[in-house]
Amino acid sequence: MKMKILLFGQLAETVGSKELEVEGRVDTASLIAELHQQFPALAQSKYVIAVNQEMIAGNTILSENSIVALLPPFSGG
Amino acid sequence: MQNNSSYERYQRQMILPGFGEKGQQQLIAASVLVIGAGGLGCPALQYLAAAGVGTIGIVDGDTVSLDNLHRQVLFSTNDIGKNKAVTAATHLKKINPEITITSFPEYATTENLLTLLSSFDIIIDGTDNFATRYMINDACVLMKKVLVYGAVSRFEGQVAVFNYSLEKEEQSSNYRDLFPEPPKENEILNCADAGVLGVLPGMIGSMQASETIKLITGLGTSLINQLLTYNILTNQLYTLRITARKDTALLIPQTEEAFRKTDYAWLCTSPVPVNEIDAYAFDQLIQQDNIDVVDVRELHETPIVDEFQHHNIPLVKIKTEYGQLKNDTVVVFCQSGKRSQQAVQLLSEQLGNAKTMYSLQGGIVAWKNFRQKK
Repeated sequence: MKMKILLFGQLAETVGSKELEVEGRVDTASLIAELHQQFPALAQSKYVIAVNQEMIAGNTILSENSIVALLPPFSGG
Repeated sequence: MQNNSSYERYQRQMILPGFGEKGQQQLIAASVLVIGAGGLGCPALQYLAAAGVGTIGIVDGDTVSLDNLHRQVLFSTNDIGKNKAVTAATHLKKINPEITITSFPEYATTENLLTLLSSFDIIIDGTDNFATRYMINDACVLMKKVLVYGAVSRFEGQVAVFNYSLEKEEQSSNYRDLFPEPPKENEILNCADAGVLGVLPGMIGSMQASETIKLITGLGTSLINQLLTYNILTNQLYTLRITARKDTALLIPQTEEAFRKTDYAWLCTSPVPVNEIDAYAFDQLIQQDNIDVVDVRELHETPIVDEFQHHNIPLVKIKTEYGQLKNDTVVVFCQSGKRSQQAVQLLSEQLGNAKTMYSLQGGIVAWKNFRQKK
């Protein structure tokens, strides 16, 4: 089961890429836990999670080709 | 239409299918408050004024500085040092003398914001710090005002329309649904620290203007309950649907009184280590002319400093008199370097990280010694 992760703003710098591909994650909780382990700075960051362009507030089941996006807040103007 | 010249002025948009004279009348009858006449506010204001939005309010307590001009395209070099709201209004009246433009040369605060919002239909957030953004969001929820949000960071920008159906007592998302709690100011970079390509806020501010015009005229579909992200380097657009949340609604002050008592600057302030500079760095900095140097000692204290221009604002007055600091870089000194640290903390609470601030280590005594040895 393949899925794509999109990273926006400073999060892309934290992770070193705007896009990641991962395999075999069943839900967002396990996906995020692994990302935090892999990129500890990500755990310190604030962001909203969207699955297939839908904001999620709790753990969400992922499926084949799910696109998960992590978006940080911007303050500039 | 008031007269033939109005007709001619708006003719090119009135001939659009779905717009017509009705759309123009709707714009003329509408009122929009733009908070922050900066990188986002300038283009938004220009297009809204040109399109004939009948009543426009501009809130900004800041003054134009040279490093604003690459993105705040409503201003010219001659405007440096002038208040942004007043200056923007002057330029906009030239663009369109047929509309009413009111400037509020003050920063939005929990004291003035509810009153400011009350006489406008749609609010545009063009500010540059989280403390003010959360304050505006909460005030708009409380007052059931539609909020057209925009923000930028480096090469990316965000746009959204919040509170669209609050007036109809329906669920409607707001900024807190996306980001319930404000990040601390030092967690996220602002334009001053991160940099920004001038054209990006130009685009995002223009999108805020177009969303506003669409909301007023009912044209097309707006970013209601959606957050759009645009990347200027890749031209990629990403839109996500926002769900209104019950838990985040509780974070918003429930009454006007509770709102007035909320300290938004504090919510965003973590005990930031104050940037201290030594006498050498201080000596370099005071030779620049685009900085504010502040003596926070009492007026009678010695040694007297007459070697360079500076403001005298005793520490006890810093919270009320910081308005005279016009530049983006502020260097604070006192006798020994302790009060200046406190002053920088206090200023950070007021200004977030809108300015870069330094405290002179060892105080003016250290600098005088440094000069003697030099």
